[in-house]
Amino acid sequence: MVTVEDFGQYETAWCPGCGNFPILQAVKRALVAMQLKPHQVLFVSGIGQAAKAPHYLNANVFNGLHGRSLPVATGAKLANPELTVIVESGDGCNYGEGGNHFLAAIRRNIDITMLVHDNQVYGLTKGQASPTSDEGFTTKAQPEGAASAPFNPIAVAVAMQAGFVARGFAGMIDHLSDLIQQAIAYRGFGLIDVLQPCVSFNRVNTWDWYKERCKPLQQEYDPMDWHTAIKVAREWGDKIPLGIIYRNGRPSLDERIGRGPLIVQDVDRRTMRKIMEGYG
Amino acid sequence: MKNRSDNKTRRILNILIGGEAGQGLVTVGQILAKSLVRSGYSIFVTQSYQSRIRGGHNTFTIRVGVEDVIAPQEAVDLLVALDEETVKLHKEEMSSEGLIIADEAFDGADKATLKIPTRRLTSDQYANTAALGAVVALLGLDGQLVARTVEDYFGKAHPEIAEENRRVLEESFRWAAGQAGAFEKLLPTVAHPSQRLMMNGNEAIALGAITSGVKFFSFYPMTPATSIGLTLAAWAKDMGLVVEQAEDEIAAINMALGASFSGAPSMVGTSGGGFALMVEGVSLAAMTETPVVIVVAQRPAPATGLPTRTEQADLEFVLHAGHGEFPRAILSPGTVEGCFYLTRKAFELAEKFQGPIFILTDEFLADSYRALKPFEVETLSPIRPWSPEKPSISIPYCRYAITDTGISPRLLPGLTEHLIVADSDEHTEDGHLTEDLLVRRRMVEKRLKKAEAIRAEVIPPQAQGEKNPNLLLLCWGSSEGAVVEASSMMSSRGIRTATLHFSQVWPLVSEHFMGYLQEAKEVVCVEGNATGQLARLIRRETGFHIRNRVLRYDGLPITPEFILQELNQER
Repeated sequence: MVTVEDFGQYETAWCPGCGNFPILQAVKRALVAMQLKPHQVLFVSGIGQAAKAPHYLNANVFNGLHGRSLPVATGAKLANPELTVIVESGDGCNYGEGGNHFLAAIRRNIDITMLVHDNQVYGLTKGQASPTSDEGFTTKAQPEGAASAPFNPIAVAVAMQAGFVARGFAGMIDHLSDLIQQAIAYRGFGLIDVLQPCVSFNRVNTWDWYKERCKPLQQEYDPMDWHTAIKVAREWGDKIPLGIIYRNGRPSLDERIGRGPLIVQDVDRRTMRKIMEGYG
Repeated sequence: MKNRSDNKTRRILNILIGGEAGQGLVTVGQILAKSLVRSGYSIFVTQSYQSRIRGGHNTFTIRVGVEDVIAPQEAVDLLVALDEETVKLHKEEMSSEGLIIADEAFDGADKATLKIPTRRLTSDQYANTAALGAVVALLGLDGQLVARTVEDYFGKAHPEIAEENRRVLEESFRWAAGQAGAFEKLLPTVAHPSQRLMMNGNEAIALGAITSGVKFFSFYPMTPATSIGLTLAAWAKDMGLVVEQAEDEIAAINMALGASFSGAPSMVGTSGGGFALMVEGVSLAAMTETPVVIVVAQRPAPATGLPTRTEQADLEFVLHAGHGEFPRAILSPGTVEGCFYLTRKAFELAEKFQGPIFILTDEFLADSYRALKPFEVETLSPIRPWSPEKPSISIPYCRYAITDTGISPRLLPGLTEHLIVADSDEHTEDGHLTEDLLVRRRMVEKRLKKAEAIRAEVIPPQAQGEKNPNLLLLCWGSSEGAVVEASSMMSSRGIRTATLHFSQVWPLVSEHFMGYLQEAKEVVCVEGNATGQLARLIRRETGFHIRNRVLRYDGLPITPEFILQELNQER
């Protein structure tokens, strides 16, 4: 019986009131609900305040480079598909530095859950615009306001018919924990963009700002309907929809390759001889 | 030249096949090379091609010998021209007794030329096969053996193509044999050919990796490294390994590190520009102590440079790639066999020392087919992720436990209840990030400690030639054969010459080679770059200044002729 105590309790480097705390709690609750033992789970993170999250629970961890958690996770999953692999990092890491990997992971549909702590700002480097910052968002680096249009990860993922696309909010722990469970259970690439305030560097998108806007999708919403999903994916502003926005049943990359854990694969000498003789 | 007798039968023959891309030049070259290997000859192939799919001037050169051929040759003994341009471009390179094989309609073949009536024999599409038939007849190869090689090449996939090739080959062979009065058989027959393989450097790396138990290879296509991935991909299913074409080289190396972390012996392959993108990942491999074999097949740079030519200018780059201080090893095979065995060595080192290990080759070696004895694959054990037999694991398990050697017992995630925590931040023994500066110091020392153990396993450079030489030729990587041949040519002219070849260029262990440097009257470093990178590295490490250098940086491989010319020892 796995309990929340199995995942431990650690001191963090986060600011009081940070959106990361409830996300960490939602992750632990999801793992307990799914009865996953710490050693069955691998967290892969990049760099940033969000990327520190895996250090604050008990599990296998590969804390890699900024932007590069997806390829590390992809390699780890392909080498051992029996691991539950979760990528956890921020919006700058995953959508900025790691943008190309995000697109490739969607195309591969590798069986990974990607948890993006999205606070629309770079926190660890003290407040520059991130790929998801709204246009006009002012910072010391963008004193005249962010000039680029924001990246909409949900719309991009839905447009590419990613396997599982969801949006959660750090202020709704139960809802978020449920999304995480469904993403882990989904055999393919599961994106959860988690909206969260940065209490130190984002004075616009605050707890209250999100609370006013974030609204779970209606029960009757059908995430298998791509045409509706692409419309919902573009909704942003006064109302921000939460929940599973799109999903499909495409087989995952690791299923298609179907080799199982590579570590137990034999190095067959007869085949080796056959390969060599092909050069004769 | 000592390898030539007075009649036209030679012990060594340099055959250059030239034409446009798309004319089936490589096909004919590979079939001829394979037929020669199957007939018991030694071969040495040099490929020269332009970075385009169609057109341009390309060559496939086979230096063939009854005894072992170890180097390329510039002078052409038999020129097989698939287009008129080839005759024009290579006429001046012909040796004194050289012979041209060309279509009867081609202009400019004023030397001894066998003019093939291609139109009478076949259509343009099979002109390459018509030329092949004539070459085979002139060389005195067994027509049946060549027909079987053609059959193997096109296989059952294209029976009608195989059939037409066989027919054209036969007719052209018969026609050329009928001209025998004018041309003597060019090569002596090998009486009892032993079984040989035909393989190039990239294929040998792939095969070496397979026997090592490589389980994951990720790459982004880049000439001249691509065929490592293609070779592995062809056998991935049978050998239970995963080959993944990544979205870029950054992803390629990070994927390999993820797979390696999960327990799959992993490798990546690229060239200079792609490796530039991998550099942060090299540093990550070192910090997280994750084994990875990195093949860098060099080509001329900076930037895109000459994509399909050769160079040895990335030694300093690979040596210094990655921010921060950490140990590494750089292997630099000199032969195709070396590619095979050093790849195995690279996996051994990577798994044992848990970090990045490099194989530094180049386009010349990557594409150079050679004849080699079959490897004893049954006796070669796979290399498994290193772990102590009965690990004395502290509870909780510490991935980065401080030990005498700096090497920590390595467990794999998911296989036991122990938790494996790897971190690119500076970390404590249990893998969690820390800013404890005392821990920082101990971790730096722990990682660098592994360098001592790596040094203990360095392959000493190989010395050949005369003792106390007047001239010592130093080299590394793919130029080994050319340097050894140039050396023996000079020795035969009475100059006491020796060679020293480095098949590992880092770390350098001065005790391995300083004796040779000191006992030689003159030391010359032969390198495929413009600045003498090994010479400079030796000076940095030992203080020994090698002033004389033979450097080639025009994109072509180092040849014995080039070395002699540069040393003012023209034949």
